[in-house]
Amino acid sequence: MTPENRAGYWRANLRLLLGCMIVWFVCSYGFGILFVDALNKIQFGGFRLGFWFAQQGSIYIFVLLLFFYAWRMNYLDRKYDVHED
Amino acid sequence: MSLQALTYLVVGASFALYIGIAIWSRAHNTGDFYIAGKTVSPVANGMATAADWMSAASFISMAGLIAFLGYDGSVYLMGWTGGYVLLALFLAPYLRKFGKFTVPQFIGERYYSRTARIVAVICLIFVSFTYIAGQMRGVGIVFSRFLEVEIGVGLAIGMGVVFIYAVLGGMKGITYTQVAQYCVLIFAYTVPAVFIALQITGNAIPQLAFGSEVTGTGVSLLSRLDGIVTSLGFTQYTNGTKSTIDVFCITLALMVGTAGLPHVIVRFFTVPTVRDARRSAGYALLFIAVLYTTAPAVGAMARFNLINTIQPGAVGTVDGNLVYENRPDWMRTWQRTGLVTFDDKNGDGRVQYYNDKNADFTATARSYGWQGNEITVDRDIMVLANPEIAGLPNWVIALVAAGGIAAALSTAAGLLLVISAAISHDLIKGIFVPHISEKNELLAGRIAAASAIMIAGYLGFDPPGWVAQVVAFAFGLAAASLFPAILLGIFSKRANKQGAIAGMLTGLFFTYGYIEYFKGLFLKWAGAPWGENVTEHWLFGISPEGIGVIGMLLNFAVALTVSHLTAPPPERIQHLVEHIRVPRVIEGHPVD
Repeated sequence: MTPENRAGYWRANLRLLLGCMIVWFVCSYGFGILFVDALNKIQFGGFRLGFWFAQQGSIYIFVLLLFFYAWRMNYLDRKYDVHED
Repeated sequence: MSLQALTYLVVGASFALYIGIAIWSRAHNTGDFYIAGKTVSPVANGMATAADWMSAASFISMAGLIAFLGYDGSVYLMGWTGGYVLLALFLAPYLRKFGKFTVPQFIGERYYSRTARIVAVICLIFVSFTYIAGQMRGVGIVFSRFLEVEIGVGLAIGMGVVFIYAVLGGMKGITYTQVAQYCVLIFAYTVPAVFIALQITGNAIPQLAFGSEVTGTGVSLLSRLDGIVTSLGFTQYTNGTKSTIDVFCITLALMVGTAGLPHVIVRFFTVPTVRDARRSAGYALLFIAVLYTTAPAVGAMARFNLINTIQPGAVGTVDGNLVYENRPDWMRTWQRTGLVTFDDKNGDGRVQYYNDKNADFTATARSYGWQGNEITVDRDIMVLANPEIAGLPNWVIALVAAGGIAAALSTAAGLLLVISAAISHDLIKGIFVPHISEKNELLAGRIAAASAIMIAGYLGFDPPGWVAQVVAFAFGLAAASLFPAILLGIFSKRANKQGAIAGMLTGLFFTYGYIEYFKGLFLKWAGAPWGENVTEHWLFGISPEGIGVIGMLLNFAVALTVSHLTAPPPERIQHLVEHIRVPRVIEGHPVD
């Protein structure tokens, strides 16, 4: 585990975090708050889509996001040879 | 069996279970007491975190708030779960790698300063006591309604139970008790939701029933609800009344506050590896999401049932409203607690429920012969009353009482533990008596936990607001004090002790002062609140509940400015930051 490895790992981690934050922002603040009126014109099952994102969809996406992050970080840990044991 | 006897039985059985687990898993050393010996599996830790994190506000208050707020209630759903995402991505893995016992310990070592550690302890105690006052209030409400005892007696019973398992078991006892409490509370929450979903839509899964058709009408639940509430003068259920910017700010305040809660952060110290900390965060949110996606369905169905009870016939017809003398039993029982009130303003012996604050609706209401809304239903009771409103059997109602108590106790226990660890580990061992023996430190921790329970009970008698509101203050204080210091400690190598101390103090005192000024928190005896709590007096129109965002921004600004004006942290601290950023132990880095 060299200092270069660690620097590369940290940059990759920050990129991943940025990507996760974009998804996090778009599904809650974007679909659930800022564009809720536009999305509400679309029917989704028995829901108006914007309302569904605000009360259901954003939460499902948050859960998927955390598992995706854990999976992706495990991959980066090994790629940059900084994993435990 | 009567409802009261059943409730005693179910709640008593759940208490026996918690105490049994505490005896089985009691702590033998300080490692067990503070962080459960770092041996908790990611799934078990996920469940414990979920119970720890979902408080009386989530269980008792949230669905009721959503039922009355409709779309506007989304701020709680997105705010609390979205904040958990921040915690999992930005704090949890790094703090686990740091691998010590407490949050102030991290701040003290990262900022190479005992002063910073003491300031962090002060912040933590402010946040935790505010939060715990809300939990104790929740326990009091449940006890006084279902066991029909005084709120004070209910509080004393709750304090006694927490005392036994928190003081005996420490983190290890609390962790396994919280796993059991998660199971109790999620079962108690979903069983009535499934029954009610089946009654209304024929679909057993609440998250799907939420979007299904009401049986025999061909119209979806939400469209029907939109239709009924607008015919009574309310805003459409699926549309909000708050402005977009307001919804945006409140959601942000709740998110950053969630991420700074020390009792949740410390849960990630208990798993064996960094990899486990990440996975555990995923499981915790999954377990939390079970309740958080059910809650909006419960809210919508509860509102639907409530209106159908009061307004069984067509709106505006003479016999469309419920006759007061024929009102259902749940209304009678809750009226006795004062949380449901009725006033027959037009003297027709029937109950009218509509929005009398809506000026455009006044003429319509007059034409029906209505002279004002006649019934008020407290938002905090909707979840507790829901099974009764839907006519479910008594054992379901008893189960909900046990679930509400589990939610409040699990959070209270987690908070008590971080308070006691802050006192025995950070103040006594870390600063005043560094050479204290492990046995005496453990004793000090137990004494601190016991004293904290007493203070929490006292705060529960006279809390500064409703359950959800008190909790919102705790979130604001956490957002403004601890969150920026921890985040900068990991992501900035330049942040130094002067910056961190100045930032935490600014954020804490600004936010605390604002809340005390408008709402009164700990200084009621000195005449607080001093300011009139109205929009015109608020800074930028931001309420005391949302002020934590400004406190946080001030904290970041002060911390970064002061750090850049003073000397950078010493080299060993830069190494420490390198060390916590990667999962593996760096060779040559001292590990103790």
